[in-house]
Amino acid sequence: MSDYTAALANMPAGDASNRRRSMTLNMGPQHPSTHGVLRVLLELDGETILKAVADIGYLHTGIEKQCEARTWSQVVPLTDRVDYLANLSNNLAYCLAAEKLLQMEIPARAQWMRVMLTELTRISSHIVWLGTHALDIGAMSMFMYCFREREQILKLFELFSGQRMMTSYFRIGGLALEPPRGWQKQIKKFLEDMPVALDQYENLLTGNPIWNIRTKGVGYMSLEDLMDWGATGPMIRAAGLAWDIRKDAPYSSYEKFQFNVPTATESDVFARYAVRIAEMRESVKIMKQALDGMPEGPWVADVPRVTLPEREKMKTQMEALIYHFKIVTEGFEVPAGEVFVSVEAPRGELGYYAVSDGTTKPYRIHMRTPSFGNLMTLQPMLEGRLIADSIAALGSMDFVLGDTDR
Amino acid sequence: MTEQVKEMRVTKALEAALPGAITGGKYELNELTLGIDAARIHAVCEFLRRKDRFIRLAAITAVDWYPMEPRFEVVYHLHSMPRPGITQDERLRLKCKVGGDRPEVESVWSVWPCADWYEREIFDLFGIGFRNHPNLSRILMPEDWQGHPLRKDYPVHGYKYSYKSE
Repeated sequence: MSDYTAALANMPAGDASNRRRSMTLNMGPQHPSTHGVLRVLLELDGETILKAVADIGYLHTGIEKQCEARTWSQVVPLTDRVDYLANLSNNLAYCLAAEKLLQMEIPARAQWMRVMLTELTRISSHIVWLGTHALDIGAMSMFMYCFREREQILKLFELFSGQRMMTSYFRIGGLALEPPRGWQKQIKKFLEDMPVALDQYENLLTGNPIWNIRTKGVGYMSLEDLMDWGATGPMIRAAGLAWDIRKDAPYSSYEKFQFNVPTATESDVFARYAVRIAEMRESVKIMKQALDGMPEGPWVADVPRVTLPEREKMKTQMEALIYHFKIVTEGFEVPAGEVFVSVEAPRGELGYYAVSDGTTKPYRIHMRTPSFGNLMTLQPMLEGRLIADSIAALGSMDFVLGDTDR
Repeated sequence: MTEQVKEMRVTKALEAALPGAITGGKYELNELTLGIDAARIHAVCEFLRRKDRFIRLAAITAVDWYPMEPRFEVVYHLHSMPRPGITQDERLRLKCKVGGDRPEVESVWSVWPCADWYEREIFDLFGIGFRNHPNLSRILMPEDWQGHPLRKDYPVHGYKYSYKSE
């Protein structure tokens, strides 16, 4: 957090007149458009930003340290809290990492269910982004429309896991609970409503002259710069590269689904908006395929050492009770080794680096979170631009501070 | 280093360009890890970025193997995504060991600008220094924090019962 002192020290030296002209402005940490607690130090010359320094760490909760003190299965609820708008993507990345170390086979039904629900997470995350981003720029009604659909999604999460936000629905080996009776009907209803809602959003924004003026040509960065500064996900795709981990290195049976990777070439705020809207439509397509082709069978792998036994078995079989007791009290041993598993989260590449030393607790978990990389582009993106555009540019990065600070 | 690792494309290219820089390697769970001499990490990264295809740095992190000596491993996750001219998705992990009272390694900021925050994060949480880093300061913890929380000899609950200001 010494950026402030560093920024002061790095103020343009030279003659006194130069020094008087520039002004340091403190944006945040409680600024409504910083989506959390981000502090940006802006050095201004009139309306022009000379230098922008991001000061992060206000939401640092030491999750990586806490992971080392818990058993492998106890880490799952912590991963929800990393990116609280894309909880299931985090669950998925962590579970895939642990399962790779354990070399487990996951039943098809669990894999498909995971795909369906992470796509639902993507829609939910993009909707929150769209609502708040539009709110920042001044289109207030968008927020209400977006949160109408978000409420529907949160109800679906509650239906599946019993929790609206911190779902922890994916566990090492499969799912936490059997999918509830009648879930198909609810998902079907949502898939009918969502395309209509997306059309409504586009009616409100895409052709809107104010929206176009505020977003087109704003926050431009070239593809090379974005890549160098660590941006991933929709930001890269809006700059013209169709890079999507779901296509390039498919995980959790994504290779069985038909979908496109939407791209744009302008690499400005509007292009990022267009890409995310198109991504939501693709997510609806994937969910439809998952709903139609959902395989039957178990929703959790049959590895008694790792996965919790069924409730009924625990009441009648002694072995099941013993396994349950051992998993809950001391956990299970994970073979020594290390893996880096990355998934395409709503914001970009989400990678979990898990190191095991052969005990029941992770030796080290590092989260390569997309927001951390995306936020690094703040400095090159804002420099030399107008202060009024900084809000639009910040919003288009789609960062979550919990994800950045961990 | 196993025979399998020696036969891999990256290993051969790196060994030809910078002989002796690779100190070890393994190929496990479909992931390639190469141990790199800590003194030459910058040259290796420079080569992999400019002459080879690893245009992207996914992350840098560290692992503390306390009480082993050298105790730290700095881990670089490199990535080459499919793009015009390249069809394969390739990942590579580099590791270099550092230790001593003042663990330090060369910064790769000039190779990938995004190393900036990753290296500051390691400096903050592990106390590993990076030579030639433009602004090596704490990033997640408060400026006046004592100690480096992700070290294994740092207790999970910290040194004090409460960190509220009295």
